[in-house]
Amino acid sequence: MTAAAALDVRNVRKLFFQPTPRGPAGLLVLDDVSFSVGAGEFVSALGPSGCGKTTLARIIVGLEEVAAGAVLIGGRPAGPPGPDRCLVFQHYALLPWRTVLGNVELAMEIQGVAKDERRTRARRFIELVGLTGFETRYPHQLSGGMQQRTGLARALAAEPRMLIMDEPFGALDAQMRTLLQDELLRICDVMKVTVLFVTHSIDEAVYLSDRILVFSARPGRPVAELAVELPKPRGQGARSSHRFTEIRKAVSDVLAERTDYYRGVDEGRGALHRD
Amino acid sequence: MELTKAAALSTGTELPPPGPDGLIYGLRPPPDEGGLLVRHPSVIRVTSVCVVLVVWELYGRALNPVFLSYPVAIGRALVELVGNGQLLDATFQTLRALAAGFGVALVAGVGVGFLMGRSRLVNLTLDPFVTALYNTPSVALIPLIQLWFGLGLTAKIIIVGLSAFFPIAINTQAGVRNVGQGLVDVVRAYGATDRQVSTKVVLPSAVPFIMAGVRLAVGRAVIGVVTAEFFTAISGLGGLVIVFSNAFATAKLFVPVLTLVALGLGLTSLAKWAERRLTPWKESERAAAR
Repeated sequence: MTAAAALDVRNVRKLFFQPTPRGPAGLLVLDDVSFSVGAGEFVSALGPSGCGKTTLARIIVGLEEVAAGAVLIGGRPAGPPGPDRCLVFQHYALLPWRTVLGNVELAMEIQGVAKDERRTRARRFIELVGLTGFETRYPHQLSGGMQQRTGLARALAAEPRMLIMDEPFGALDAQMRTLLQDELLRICDVMKVTVLFVTHSIDEAVYLSDRILVFSARPGRPVAELAVELPKPRGQGARSSHRFTEIRKAVSDVLAERTDYYRGVDEGRGALHRD
Repeated sequence: MELTKAAALSTGTELPPPGPDGLIYGLRPPPDEGGLLVRHPSVIRVTSVCVVLVVWELYGRALNPVFLSYPVAIGRALVELVGNGQLLDATFQTLRALAAGFGVALVAGVGVGFLMGRSRLVNLTLDPFVTALYNTPSVALIPLIQLWFGLGLTAKIIIVGLSAFFPIAINTQAGVRNVGQGLVDVVRAYGATDRQVSTKVVLPSAVPFIMAGVRLAVGRAVIGVVTAEFFTAISGLGGLVIVFSNAFATAKLFVPVLTLVALGLGLTSLAKWAERRLTPWKESERAAAR
């Protein structure tokens, strides 16, 4: 997997600096983070909130600098942000003055895709995420689930080599969450896309992933790696299968043992926690 | 399908099935509480204006016409001034200075405001001047402007421009600063250049602020143009006000004044209309909130 890895994260360290009454201080958010994701693989980064998962996603996309270490995409150092790796944002981050169609076209506009091509591609991805008929709606006229479908279509339309998803379903209600998880699996199956999926939900990680990286609390680093041996495609049946429960238990045990996932990690630690 | 209120709201009645959009058409909501006056606010407005006009007419006729004219006399003056072309000429002169000055202010205000919002260097450099000039009444600068630019159209354009520039520049700057970092991150994550960040996120997100500034600026520009017409070469609607007041022609004096009122109202509605057209997402937000 090493040579052809879609994503290779090597010894990444990240510090946030902040002034304090006792002078400037640094907060170690990520330390010695190394892992790789193979082409076509669906990998989840699972960890307690505040463990730097979002920061990691932003680093991979190129929105944050690292203090040390490197990120390689397809074996080459990841340069400035580009359409080779697209981020799906936790809070959708749609442009409120653009319609669904306009938002989906955004990434292609930045790449300089010609207008006709852009429109055709945008419509194709709008159809893929099940939003046909809503092209002219503005984001505030859509439900949270539909907004995130738009966000997903926007990222996919850039035809990235890989998708980085930062707790994309975290702000949705449970039903919508389940629905979109199934949609995501279907889309990944169609598009053969590589995904790094950041989440703090064990169920979500187990249901979606081929492999789960368990992150420790701050400073975040992968402390365990579990393969999810559930056959794909997975349907609702998979959630209630015996195997699912077993894997869920295994992940839960690792979290209990290796991290403080079950101990209200954020209490009294506000500081520079990024959500 | 028309259902009466009683039928629709009583539990025994079968409601027609909803359409494909989930709405049942032909159902009227129960009428609002409150009397005729509350449901027809325009009745109160019209009555109020009529009462004032009648009182003014009666009281005005009892006074010396130099002190306060009355509506019928003002109407006659209006007909006369429209007939001899004086009003139209003056309105045209005023609009010309207004449009030119406002155009300059709009372009310069958005430009300067944008730069001040985006660049800390530009901001720190220009801020003292912008703050000082914004707080200077532009009337106080008129003697200087006359010295530099004379009494003609140029001076008027500059006075209007100065009046309208600052609300636009300051609002644009606020809008540019107010852009959500999350949205900037989105386009940056897709590899946008600085220029693309500006055109695709910063400017569109500042438009509601800019338009609020434009609305403020319209009012100030009208004040500016009248002031300019008072103090530089007498012309336009402001000029008519001066001419007629010097002649103690009070009925005629009201005609340019009322024209200015109409002009101000018209331009402000125009600005509001433009604001709605340019920020359709805000408009539907407002509709959704209703």
